[in-house]
Amino acid sequence: MTAVREPSKSQTPAAAPAPAEAKGRRPLGRPLLYTAYGQDMALLNTGAKKVAVGVLLVVALLLPFLLEDDLLRLLATGCVLAIGAIGLNLVTGYAGQVSLGHAFFIGIGAYTAAVVSGDPEDDRLYGLGITFLPVWLLAGGLMAALVGLVVAPLASRLRGLYLAIVTLGLVFLGTHVWNEWDAVTGGVGVGRPAADPVLFGVDLSRRTESFSADQQLYLLMFVLLCVFALLGRNIARSAMGRSFAAVRDRDIAAEVTGVDVRKVKRRAFVISGFYAGCAGALLFSITGYLDPSSFGLLLSVQFVAMVLIGGVSTISGSIMGAFFIALLPRLTRELPEYLPFLSSSATETPNVFQVETLLYGLLIVAFLLLEPRGLFGLWIRIRNYWKAWPFSY
Amino acid sequence: MRDVLLTVVRGLGFGSVYALLAVSFVIIYKSSKVVSFAQPALMLAGAVLVSYLAGPVGFYLAVPLAAVAIGMLGWGLERTTIRPMIGRPVFVVAIITLGLDIAIRVVVNVFIGPDVRNVGDPWGLSTVDVLGLPVQERYIAMAVVLLVVGAGLFAFFRYSRYGLAMRASSLDQETALVQGVPVGSMTALAWAMAAGIAAVAGAFVGAGGGVDQSTWVIALKALPAIIIGGLDSIGGAVVGGLLVGLVESFFATYQGEYLPFLGQNFSLVSPYVLLLVVLLVRPYGLFGTREVERV
Repeated sequence: MTAVREPSKSQTPAAAPAPAEAKGRRPLGRPLLYTAYGQDMALLNTGAKKVAVGVLLVVALLLPFLLEDDLLRLLATGCVLAIGAIGLNLVTGYAGQVSLGHAFFIGIGAYTAAVVSGDPEDDRLYGLGITFLPVWLLAGGLMAALVGLVVAPLASRLRGLYLAIVTLGLVFLGTHVWNEWDAVTGGVGVGRPAADPVLFGVDLSRRTESFSADQQLYLLMFVLLCVFALLGRNIARSAMGRSFAAVRDRDIAAEVTGVDVRKVKRRAFVISGFYAGCAGALLFSITGYLDPSSFGLLLSVQFVAMVLIGGVSTISGSIMGAFFIALLPRLTRELPEYLPFLSSSATETPNVFQVETLLYGLLIVAFLLLEPRGLFGLWIRIRNYWKAWPFSY
Repeated sequence: MRDVLLTVVRGLGFGSVYALLAVSFVIIYKSSKVVSFAQPALMLAGAVLVSYLAGPVGFYLAVPLAAVAIGMLGWGLERTTIRPMIGRPVFVVAIITLGLDIAIRVVVNVFIGPDVRNVGDPWGLSTVDVLGLPVQERYIAMAVVLLVVGAGLFAFFRYSRYGLAMRASSLDQETALVQGVPVGSMTALAWAMAAGIAAVAGAFVGAGGGVDQSTWVIALKALPAIIIGGLDSIGGAVVGGLLVGLVESFFATYQGEYLPFLGQNFSLVSPYVLLLVVLLVRPYGLFGTREVERV
């Protein structure tokens, strides 16, 4: 056989592995032995993950029947925040484009949804009167994605801290627009009703015969979180996620290896905008009311905190971080019982609200200094400890 | 014409404060390649300290005292939170400063209380006649402070050993280290200087109107200034700061008349519009060094 023939032979279709072969078969009794790429990249690539995710799903679905309504409402908020945090993690964690403008996209989603679902009879506020949830959810997401597309050219021209500052500027411009555009937002201090979560004629924010409002909202948000998390995980583990990581790690090297950097940055911003828009649309349908002052820098910082505390470039980390931040106010409310000098009234100092804000700041600093991988990293440490037990490594 | 001149004076007055803040950002950026989001908190802390000290020792002594005290705070921050992060991505360090900002502001807000706090400046809103124009004294004071601090910084960087060492370590840390420059101490010194300058700026932000819990936002207007001037140019920061002040002042005077559809208080966000426009045209600012990347 000549040397010339060899490459042409390997290019024949027959040499390509059959689909079944690509997936491979796991040898019995060797759970961590991967015989094919597909197994390694699978969504649940270990047995432990399969069990853990299954148990978590069952527990999460049982929670509405075990917990009080106010806690459920908090968890529902956590689910929505997690959707937003996944969005920020995709653009900042995976694609490395530092965005402090997440609050701006959240605002766009929230107001688009509120306008789509708003009462058309109301002559003070715009409203289209389409209260069907998927419609306003997608409208909010798509509008924010569209704005992400408009902002993206800035990102492809700038990098690093320049981009962080520009996105911070977006938050201030956004706040100005929300404060001034009364027909959409209701104006400062007045606000407007948020989108109604109506699904097939049932308003989920009102109690029905069999469920309370908070039970319904929790279940709705949990299901949506599952959908968005699965979507995010699939983006992260597919070619798109790898191109994100390439741009993050070394954009010039990525360009040399054939990644279209501009396109990837644009995609990252559009996807992140979509997530943020959906999160914004849902976030305020829980409380039923939204005010222009909600979309300031603090909201952006909270999302950054979720990503950093949870774990940069992990989907499960974003979810953990979001629940952590959502439950933090509740935890600090419990503090006065143990620390009698803390007051639970906002007019006295020191009070729990100050402690809460202080904790946002200090937790960001502490996690970055001590455990840069966040809660996800803590989990990895615990897991590795027990995996190797009784040996230390 | 009179209106235009008064607008220019006001713009240059506030622009001087923005320029001071921008300089404090740039000093930190040059030493550690980080945009410090802790500056708003340091500025506010300085203003509040001045407001407490101005009673017992007088405003003119209170400002340098506060600058030294906040400088020490900046030095301490660098030692405890920035130093351990050497070698980590700058974005992470920037986010740390964001966390510091939030934490410090909570403490400072306790000392401000719910109302506006007067910083005890001698000018208030009184005016002085300059060439027939009633110019507010505080604007003159702001411009003078910028000149004094700017001249001091120029002399420091140009003629002192420490200034030379700081310039060397910002140019190339490893080479500076080889030449015997204590790079770590220089970074700490940069933080201390920047914090001190922010504190001085804070005192003058409060001049006339006092400070309250939302005053910190003013420090972020220095961000458009440094971006416009380029992150690593002190001269650019001064020009950027003045430019931001002028743009804001002109919008405050004329936007209601000519561009009413932009809404009330548009002048407060106009620096960010300026920022977007400048960056779209020149991604590295007007005076910034163009980054050259090697693979």
